[in-house]
Amino acid sequence: MLAYLLKRFLMLLPLFIGITLITFVVIHLAPGEPVEMQTALSPKASAKSRERLREYYGLDKPLHVQYLSWLGRLSRLDFGRSFSPDGRPVIDKIKERIPVTLSINFIALLLEFGLAIPIGIIAATNRNSLIDKGITLFVFIGFAVPTFWLSLLMMYIFGVKLGILPISGLHSLGGDRLTGIAWLLDTAKHLILPLGVATFGALAGLSRYTRATMLEVLGQDYITTARGKGLPERLVIYRHALRNALLPVITILGFSLPGLIGGSVIFETIFAIPGMGQLFYQGVMSRDYPLVMGVLVIGALLTLIGNLLADLLYAVADPRIRHGNA
Amino acid sequence: MSSVPTHYSREILKRFTANRFAAAGALIVIALFVISFLAPYLTPYSPDDLDAYHVLLPPTAEHWMGTDELGRDVLTRIIFGARISLKVGFVAVGISAVVGTAAGLLAGYFGSWVDQLLMRLVDIMLCFPTFFLILAVIAMLEPSIWYIMIVIGLTGWMGVARLVRAEVLSLRERDFVLAARGIGASDVRIIFRHILPNALSPVLVTATLGVAGAILTESALSFLGIGVQPPTPSWGNMLTAGKDYLEFAWWLSLFPGLAILVTVIAYNLVGEGLRDALDPRLSRF
Repeated sequence: MLAYLLKRFLMLLPLFIGITLITFVVIHLAPGEPVEMQTALSPKASAKSRERLREYYGLDKPLHVQYLSWLGRLSRLDFGRSFSPDGRPVIDKIKERIPVTLSINFIALLLEFGLAIPIGIIAATNRNSLIDKGITLFVFIGFAVPTFWLSLLMMYIFGVKLGILPISGLHSLGGDRLTGIAWLLDTAKHLILPLGVATFGALAGLSRYTRATMLEVLGQDYITTARGKGLPERLVIYRHALRNALLPVITILGFSLPGLIGGSVIFETIFAIPGMGQLFYQGVMSRDYPLVMGVLVIGALLTLIGNLLADLLYAVADPRIRHGNA
Repeated sequence: MSSVPTHYSREILKRFTANRFAAAGALIVIALFVISFLAPYLTPYSPDDLDAYHVLLPPTAEHWMGTDELGRDVLTRIIFGARISLKVGFVAVGISAVVGTAAGLLAGYFGSWVDQLLMRLVDIMLCFPTFFLILAVIAMLEPSIWYIMIVIGLTGWMGVARLVRAEVLSLRERDFVLAARGIGASDVRIIFRHILPNALSPVLVTATLGVAGAILTESALSFLGIGVQPPTPSWGNMLTAGKDYLEFAWWLSLFPGLAILVTVIAYNLVGEGLRDALDPRLSRF
């Protein structure tokens, strides 16, 4: 177990270096010129001030020097200043957006697991029945529906036609003045549509996976034994089968993170939620290099941490790894 | 020797068509191909025909899916949009299948540092929220459908690489490979003649599902305004325009979205059907 943990932690450093390297290469391969972008917005900027900008961001240095100095600054959590007019440090901008995105994704993840696992179990235990086929169709639609389109339809139906749900932002106008329960309810109301759409889209993968592992487990000898002992079916499924079927599901937790964070660009842009996705979209559209690099690195870092947590959870849950036999 | 593959593929085809979901998906995919190739002959309108007198018309007998804000026939634009999604889907997935297969073959066959290097690259690539990465690259480059296909392809090869590597690892030690090596076959010959053909079925399944994913990604990029640029019709950019008229022209938003939905479901059904047909061990699921 200890050796496993140590190995897992040692892998983090090369992965992190790789993440920064890819981010750096990606942004600098692009022909777009950040200095021109910025000066084009204010034509008054002279050639001299343009040069100063270039120097400030180190854009005149050779690429490997730029990379190394950037990496050095990253290790001190210095992501540079945003190219946007306010020129604030990138890390500050990201810091104030992270809680929004993370908490929304966390709730979405809870909803996803809370719904997909029971759905998968129901499908597996009623295999090939009408219920199973209905569930398959339902989750397939969720998987295939373009989230931005579903969001638009929901906004139209619930926001415009029925007028019962807010369609943008996290709070009502003046919602900041609300306190306690009223504030919570106001926020919850704003979150129903984005969370609903996000969860619907994410159900397919996990529920199909639960169904498949559940079916595999149900074919094992120990299940036949449990049934042979005369245990009630409910006990066989929820005690004996579920435990073993859920084990591999833990790894899905890690895999679903990048998808969720990536998907937040679309939700946050459509529903005007001030999170990391919206920040990233704005940064990308204005070619705000430091911001884009910062969000890419932090987004990948969050995934790295998520995967690590999922692996640790798996190691704790699986006695074969816990006792060091694997 | 030659009769074996025919029986095998006939067997697979039989299993595939016995699955009604998969067969329905395949029919839709075939229909999409036909529609894409015959696009100009299927509709009396052109996708760029402006008509100031027939702006934002609801669906009628003349315009089955209505007209848009410039008087263009929505059905015509959806038919031509099918070409874009087909092209994006297949080129992007072609790229990720080739890159992924190559990486998986090299890593699995040569092992040691080649394997380490390639698999760590896979790990690193998998850390990035894919949509962030795609968005960053696309937005930095000039808008072009080729960049979109290349970038979607280059960010989607990791799953294929892992699958192929796993296949190669088990194939490498099989008797027929050892025998080939024993009679002095070169690495290149062993890889291409003996290993690759046997490692392709998971690639086929992943690629089919990948087409669905690529179509969704392209539509999302086009919706955000950095994908296929107007006036070229793509289902994604039609929805961007439709968004502004949502309150009084629902048909602009409904039909392109349904087109994406049906197409993506069809490819997913075909992919799942292929998986079940190629791997009878799983068919009991």
